Amino acid sequence: MILQPDHKVVVAGLTGSQGSFWSEKMMAYGTNVVAGISASKAGTEHLGVPVVGSFTQAAERTGLDVAVMFVPPAAALPLTLDAIAAGAHTVVVLTEFIPVHDTMRIVAAARDSGATVVGPNTAGIVTVSQGFAGFMPAFNDRIFIPGRVGVISRSGSLGTLACMELTRAGRGQSVFIGIGGDPVSGTSTADALTALESHPQTDAVVLIGEIGGSKEEEAAEVVASMSKPVAAFIAGRAAPVGKKMGHAGALIVGDRGTYQSKRSALTAAGAVVVDVPSQLPEALDDA
Amino acid sequence: MDFTEQVAKQLLSRHGINTPTGIAVSADWPNLDLTRAMAVFAGKPVAVKAQVPAGGRGKAGGVVLTADPMSAIARMAGTKLGDHTVKQILVEEQVNIAHELYMAVAVDGSTGGPLLMFSPEGGVDIESSDTPLATVAMAVDAEPDQSQLATALAQAGCPEPVDEVAATAARLFAAFTAADAELLEINPLAVTTDGAVVALDGKLTVDDSAAGRQEQLATHASVPPVTGLEAKAAEHGLRFIELDGSVGVLANGAGLTMTTMDAITHYGGRPANFLEIGGDAYTLAVPALEVVLANPKVRSLIVNFCGAFARCDVMTGGVIEAWKTLQPDIPVFFSIHGTGMDEARDMVRRELGAEPFEYMDDAIKAAVRAAADSDDDSVTGTDS
Repeated sequence: MILQPDHKVVVAGLTGSQGSFWSEKMMAYGTNVVAGISASKAGTEHLGVPVVGSFTQAAERTGLDVAVMFVPPAAALPLTLDAIAAGAHTVVVLTEFIPVHDTMRIVAAARDSGATVVGPNTAGIVTVSQGFAGFMPAFNDRIFIPGRVGVISRSGSLGTLACMELTRAGRGQSVFIGIGGDPVSGTSTADALTALESHPQTDAVVLIGEIGGSKEEEAAEVVASMSKPVAAFIAGRAAPVGKKMGHAGALIVGDRGTYQSKRSALTAAGAVVVDVPSQLPEALDDA
Repeated sequence: MDFTEQVAKQLLSRHGINTPTGIAVSADWPNLDLTRAMAVFAGKPVAVKAQVPAGGRGKAGGVVLTADPMSAIARMAGTKLGDHTVKQILVEEQVNIAHELYMAVAVDGSTGGPLLMFSPEGGVDIESSDTPLATVAMAVDAEPDQSQLATALAQAGCPEPVDEVAATAARLFAAFTAADAELLEINPLAVTTDGAVVALDGKLTVDDSAAGRQEQLATHASVPPVTGLEAKAAEHGLRFIELDGSVGVLANGAGLTMTTMDAITHYGGRPANFLEIGGDAYTLAVPALEVVLANPKVRSLIVNFCGAFARCDVMTGGVIEAWKTLQPDIPVFFSIHGTGMDEARDMVRRELGAEPFEYMDDAIKAAVRAAADSDDDSVTGTDS
């Protein structure tokens, strides 16, 4: 799930307005975008790369390592299955509002083939000053600067804020991994922590969680066995019980998914949990 | 989307699961269904059940076993159970129960797949039961193997007829899949004295993101209790939740919006709402601000943008336009970072003559202070 400069990136929805806007930024940042997918514009060129009809065709023509989905919810399942079948080792699914039964099929297919799915409803992945896949402002040097802190976040906007707080304190980042805001995710917070623990360019980890589900409680089990320090912030302390807070996954049911449950689990595992994101850089020194 | 027992049972029944004979009656009478129910169940013991999508109905008086359904219906109609008003009542034949089981299928975030949950001790006390639920991870795209299900259920203490309970589990899974359900629960699932397996209750939650392809089912969804402002926001497709505090919140992205609320609380204030305009809603700043400002409790406003996908210049342009239109009499504080931040900050300076804060924490502290000062003023005003 960590983007490398030599990874061949193929973008579904390259020719759409958002896909086009962000792919151009990805390429300008150094991401090796080699092709785009569009059923209606196959055979043309866009942003200097060929547009083909499927990931299978892209794999044959240009090669394929990482697939990126800038597509509407109904298209996400067939295109992701296509990308996995075509041999993509990582699929970044940016799409929000994918039916969760489709996401479960995506997760099952990824598991069967050994591919990694990041998302859905993620802001993407960034390898700082090398490349990014998704819609993070990686190119803004007031938010991302090169360094050795790995950042994991369920939310894109909050991940952006966390990176900015680190940058202000002079703590640059190695990678950003967006888990996504849905109740079912291809890559869990625990998976991302495991990846960063063995990532040689990462010395410390900032973990941005939120209420709902049990991703942070499961992540705490990984934190307990990590050699690298972890500072965490959990959003939603002030959220009322039983209301969906924007993200489909951010819902407290009974005593499950509560702020306190997550904070206690992470603290017990040795992470330093802060009250507001601006305390994160200092917490890394204490963690 | 949540559904009443009646809708859940229709789904179960379509997938071959036994349900008691029942008639749903509107709380507005006289009506034909009521007349029919009285005729069908005359003199028989029945269950009279309030149709609201809320748990704990039994304990709250929403389920009555009686031979006099008319009186029970009259007492129940129009009452409140939790946040819901009773508008529909289900009258059902009673069955002779030998065992009460619990069975459900849910989307499991931990495994990323469907999970079958079972307990041999179902009924109203399931939540306080010491027996842990037995769970079976289900393959999302495959027909379940009924003999494997039967083995798992038997190990979990399922009484006879185990094979029929396993068949019910397979049907429940099929119904769960067909309906794009997040949760489909039967509690209790009764084994009757003559050995039949019957769903005595049904609880259904369907994925909101699947509403488009569950069009038929979606028309039967229960309308969640919302405030007038929440309904107005929903008309614009905005996700707005009204809270009790005095600091209005306008932010982009669910995570940043929750964090804004957390920081308001951390610095001693109370948020007036949850409202995010991230994702595809980021061009909706005008209706968003209208909704936030229509709340009379709001004493100050924090605008907190951290643009990734959503561009700060677009969102800020909308806020400025709305501000000029509405001309609200409260102070506003801006924290603007990320994609399009320089253009957005310039717009705020030029159009509103305000200086955006460099640090989010400072902007939020200022908004909290302004709301507190305003409250102090109003108290003084009342006294003098």
